[in-house]
Amino acid sequence: MMSDIALRVENLGKQYRIGLSPPRYRTLRESLVEAASLPGWLTRRSGEAANGRIWALRGVTFEVRQGQVLGVIGRNGAGKSTLLKILSRVTEPTEGMAEIHGQVGSLLEVGTGFHPELTGRENIYLNGAILGMKKAEIEAKFDEIVSFAEVEKFIDTPVKRYSSGMYLRLAFAVAAHLEPDILVVDEVLAVGDAEFQRRCLGKMSEVASEGRTVLFVSHNMSAILRLTNETILLDKGQLVLRAPTQEAVDYYMNSGYSQTGQRIWETDEISPDARPFRPIALRLCNKEGQMVETARSVEPLSIVVEYELSEPITGLRVGLYLMTTRGEYVFTTFDTDRPEMYDRFGIRPAGRYQSVCTVPANFLNEGRYVLGLNASSYRIKRYFQDEQALTFTVDGTGAPGMQWAEPRLGPVRPDLDWRIESDDQ
Amino acid sequence: MAQLTAQTKSRDQVLILQPTRGWGSLNLGEVWKYRELVYFLTWRDLKVRYKQTALGAAWAVLQPFLSMVVFSVLFGRLLGMPSDDVPYPVFSYTALLPWGVFSKAINDAGRSLVTNRAMITKIYFPRLVIPLASILSGVVDFLIAFVVLIGMMWYYGISPTANIWALPLLLLLALVTALGVGLWLSAMNVLYRDIGYVIPFLTQLWFYLTPIVYPTSKIPGGWQLVYATNPLVGVVEGFRWALLDTSNAPGPMIIVSSVIAVFILVSGMFYFRRMERTFADMV
Repeated sequence: MMSDIALRVENLGKQYRIGLSPPRYRTLRESLVEAASLPGWLTRRSGEAANGRIWALRGVTFEVRQGQVLGVIGRNGAGKSTLLKILSRVTEPTEGMAEIHGQVGSLLEVGTGFHPELTGRENIYLNGAILGMKKAEIEAKFDEIVSFAEVEKFIDTPVKRYSSGMYLRLAFAVAAHLEPDILVVDEVLAVGDAEFQRRCLGKMSEVASEGRTVLFVSHNMSAILRLTNETILLDKGQLVLRAPTQEAVDYYMNSGYSQTGQRIWETDEISPDARPFRPIALRLCNKEGQMVETARSVEPLSIVVEYELSEPITGLRVGLYLMTTRGEYVFTTFDTDRPEMYDRFGIRPAGRYQSVCTVPANFLNEGRYVLGLNASSYRIKRYFQDEQALTFTVDGTGAPGMQWAEPRLGPVRPDLDWRIESDDQ
Repeated sequence: MAQLTAQTKSRDQVLILQPTRGWGSLNLGEVWKYRELVYFLTWRDLKVRYKQTALGAAWAVLQPFLSMVVFSVLFGRLLGMPSDDVPYPVFSYTALLPWGVFSKAINDAGRSLVTNRAMITKIYFPRLVIPLASILSGVVDFLIAFVVLIGMMWYYGISPTANIWALPLLLLLALVTALGVGLWLSAMNVLYRDIGYVIPFLTQLWFYLTPIVYPTSKIPGGWQLVYATNPLVGVVEGFRWALLDTSNAPGPMIIVSSVIAVFILVSGMFYFRRMERTFADMV
């Protein structure tokens, strides 16, 4: 029956032209360095053609029934976001078609259009209108939104004075009170604290249980497992698998789609704004210096950031965020955290660098982690940021406490000193 | 219950997303559907501007007023520029009002897509809404500055003519021109960021091509209609005619200006729509 279908996608494709932004001035030296860096060529994605065009999505065909909650998983750059952008009409497909029954609402990023100078109340109206709500609709839901966000007291305060938690809650609350027939959600859960994420997930399952159709993109496998029954897996712009969620997640986790131990940035993936910083690679190495996909909890782990500066940068700090796949932060660290490093690298001259961070043995618990990269000069500029640059697994074999097969809570698994004293001695 | 029926209804709408080839349709119905967003964005522009600046709404008056003072001293006093037998301050201020709407509009609209990048890459709405809203916020400034004009006319003992009915239409002509130019500039600005540097220069040139500091009578008779291909000429002449009774009805000039303005607007809309598809990929 046709009316059962909420969404039909046929042979959908999206091609991006590389270098559409005004060609930037390049030096001969830069071009030479690029030509000499082998990894750049070897890891070219299959869809990439010599004429500077890249297929971010190609030949994707699937259907979603009304009321179904479909998960979408895949590595960074697999085409998930492109798919959602096409379905939410932000961008046009290059080929193929999508047929959408009903109104689409998207949670591609919460808080879009929020203005720091405006109050919470004003931002609710503005953001609601941007998301396509009518004024009457916003008025009707206003109280509900405010109480969901728990910002009653601050509703007439400019949002620039909000804590980041309040800001997020308010932004999510507005978006969550949209009532589209088809809801498209991208990685909203990657931000915020655990409590916020719990609420988001709660709201999402509420939406799903109301019989709305949801397309849910996430790196958070436990959220995908909880919220969806069926999942599609994208890789290199193509649909690889559509299966019941458990099966798709197992396939994804085990087939190496998510495990490479290395992230390489192609020139076209880096925004021109990042200049003069250019990330080259992020990789994980064991204590022998070999690249690994799975780290061992009982061995030290080296995280290598390779990058190039085309001009000297003052006060540059290259940093890492470590997050669990459930979205809790484990730590943030910068290469010039230590005062002696900070003094020595006040100005980093142009050139190619490696910043190597060593995570000590007996630190991380077993599980899946997401590594993010940041390069910035404090209060001056954020050159580059990729919050999900690399996903990896930590294996707990040999870690203290492994005699009991139960999983340990918490992202760290330190080898701590214990003393047992008996009063009888 | 009402919500449920609304939903069943919207589920019946089927939307087909496909690559558009060639020149798409203007799809103005979609813009009408999003008229509340135009309102909210205009309101945001005003609110933020008035909240962030120390003098707030006073800027709307100060800018044309101070320009008027400088022009009056420089051109009116020192250079003895003729002003159609009207006191020079009123003469120039009357022209500065529609000019202010226009120059602010092309500046804001020209940059609007780039400034609202975050929205464009995240959410769908007809992109036309953005330059449209940035132009409308200038109308409020115009109205505020207009109050001062009334004061000045009263001070100099000038009463408006019966032709004052034409004023809203003339303002509309200025807005149509501004929107047309704004659409061209904003769409081009996404493609070539150089446009950001071109805009101030363009504004300056346009200023001298518009009869603000000098009267149109300075232009030789045979060239007047050619001169009126700058739509702002028709607007300014019309303003002076309706308010200050400076000339005979500048009908032919206004007609030439209107034709050109509509041409700029329609071509701007088509160009904008054509580029719109790629905004999110490039901005």
